[in-house]
Amino acid sequence: MSETKLRISNIDKFYGAIDHGVHAVKNVSMDVEDGDIVALLGSSGCGKTSTLRMIAGFEEVSRGSISIAGREVHMLPPVKRNVAMAFEGYSLYPTVTVRDNIAFALKSSGKPAAEVAGKVEQIAAMLEISDILDRYPSFISGGQQQRASLARALIREADLYLLDEPMGQLEPQLRTLLRGRIKFYIKERGLTAILVTHDQTEANALADKIAVMEDGELQQFASPDEIKEAPANLFTGTFVGEPPMNVFPAKARSSDQALVFDLQDGSELSFPRSVFARDLHDRIMALQSVMLGVRPYAVQRSETGAQARVLANQWLGDQSHIAAEFAGGALVLVEHDRAALSEGDAITVHLDPSDLHIFDPASGVAVSHGASLAG
Amino acid sequence: MHKASVLERTLRGIALTLVIFFFMFPIFWIFLMSFQTNETILRVPPSMIFEPTLTNYRSLISGTLEGSTATLEIRFMSNLYNSLFLSVTSVTVGLLLGVPAAYAFAKLKFRGSEDIAFTLLSFRFAPPLLVLLPLTIYFQKIGLADTYLGLIWVYQLIVLPLILWIVRGYFEDIPSDIEYAHRIAGHGFWSTFTKIALPLAGPGIAAAGLLAFIFAWNNFIFALVLASADKQPVTVGALAFITASGINYGQIAAGIMLSIAPTFALALYAQRYLVEGLSLGAVKG
Repeated sequence: MSETKLRISNIDKFYGAIDHGVHAVKNVSMDVEDGDIVALLGSSGCGKTSTLRMIAGFEEVSRGSISIAGREVHMLPPVKRNVAMAFEGYSLYPTVTVRDNIAFALKSSGKPAAEVAGKVEQIAAMLEISDILDRYPSFISGGQQQRASLARALIREADLYLLDEPMGQLEPQLRTLLRGRIKFYIKERGLTAILVTHDQTEANALADKIAVMEDGELQQFASPDEIKEAPANLFTGTFVGEPPMNVFPAKARSSDQALVFDLQDGSELSFPRSVFARDLHDRIMALQSVMLGVRPYAVQRSETGAQARVLANQWLGDQSHIAAEFAGGALVLVEHDRAALSEGDAITVHLDPSDLHIFDPASGVAVSHGASLAG
Repeated sequence: MHKASVLERTLRGIALTLVIFFFMFPIFWIFLMSFQTNETILRVPPSMIFEPTLTNYRSLISGTLEGSTATLEIRFMSNLYNSLFLSVTSVTVGLLLGVPAAYAFAKLKFRGSEDIAFTLLSFRFAPPLLVLLPLTIYFQKIGLADTYLGLIWVYQLIVLPLILWIVRGYFEDIPSDIEYAHRIAGHGFWSTFTKIALPLAGPGIAAAGLLAFIFAWNNFIFALVLASADKQPVTVGALAFITASGINYGQIAAGIMLSIAPTFALALYAQRYLVEGLSLGAVKG
């Protein structure tokens, strides 16, 4: 078992007076293992950047503690934390060339010039910025500045690498290429990195674990697969995944043979009771009203099943996104072939109980996930 | 850039000539006066044709003022030296105190920072005469009257708020993340200040220093009241040209030419530096 590289324990961040100011980060705790890449994922204003800046030491921790490589650091200035950071706004030193920007930290730590030069060339080649090394930051594009800033962080030897939206300015093609290279670079060296992003694809592609944040709270901290298969609550379920998970309210009712969910428009979904484990069945019955969630990829058209009416059908070049009126709301399904459907067509959809996510509507907490219904 | 038509260029040339004539004529006229005697200066109508003489400059530099009736001792050169010494030292002290203070006001938010900054600025609201009387009494009591130290101290009332408020704006324009990037790379607060903040605010500091120098150089009232003859700058010393036997316009003109020379040279030099610094686009991303 690997050691814990970063331990965040019950940290709070208030902008303004403690308990009175803006509560930006609320009681967040997480342990990051040595060699892991963790993505802080969330919409803007969710507290992910505040968390990152507290780890770096640019923001004071209002409550709680942070330790890096076994050292308590939350009271130390940034210089003593031994972390490297790539900034969202690049923040290159405007008065020196890209090459000197990248080499800055290594040079001032007294590394031999030849070794530094070699490392700079190597990392510049990896990030495709070899041709602009001798230019000044104000004369290169945003994407190039971003890569220079990333190079300046990754070239260092630090306990922890903090990457704030490191690829937001890059073209999609380059982004895909660099994602692979950066992941390889980090993994090859066994580095530990925290990545802040609002891009799920980036989080999924790079991270070993994703910390989903919303409204200052950590919603879920798990592997990308786990977040997809077993979202901890309604927010994670609907936030992660593209297109988002379909959710609709239902009332549960039990008969001898079946567990029936009455939907808002008067229709119903009926499943054999045997599908549900006894205690799960009891919990659903105790809740009575639940939120049902199903991922668009899991909804299938079939001969028998629930009725729906097509609202829109879009062909995205490699898949069809079909929105249909269902249970008083909209249900989105994804098909990989071009679907010959137009607005108003009636379709029949099949929802498999093994694809069903059930949430408590009051708290939003997940009650069960498809695969483990009978568990 | 589009190609300007002949008409456009001609009109622009005329406009520029008018502006330059408007601003430069008084200085040009004083320049001419400085090579004339009182007799040719006071001719009616005035004429630009005269026999140039260096007597005005000679008497200023030698320190003897020859009036129509008597010969006077004047201390113009020592006044010039006083001006130079007082301005340079005041601006140096002002920069040493003001630049770090401006950085603190720009980057560190502490209780009362706005109030302190405003108080410092408010020193410039009060008319100097208002503070001069009590100041004179205090200075006499603590032995600072008629000393360079005392004058430099009082000059801080002029230069410090100016430097503080101009430089603060430049520091505020530097994105904090650039400094954070430097600090997280293993550098302390002081190194970040000297290696990142100071170079980036360089043009602003130069501009503030230049302005403060000009304000200090042009100051009249503080030195008039607080200094005796041997410590007075040119602004006060020029009063000596108004003598009982008349006003020596030629020498005043020569005195003006000599006294604007240092500020003029400094402005020419710093202007080049300012343009360079700003055109690098260092601060604005």
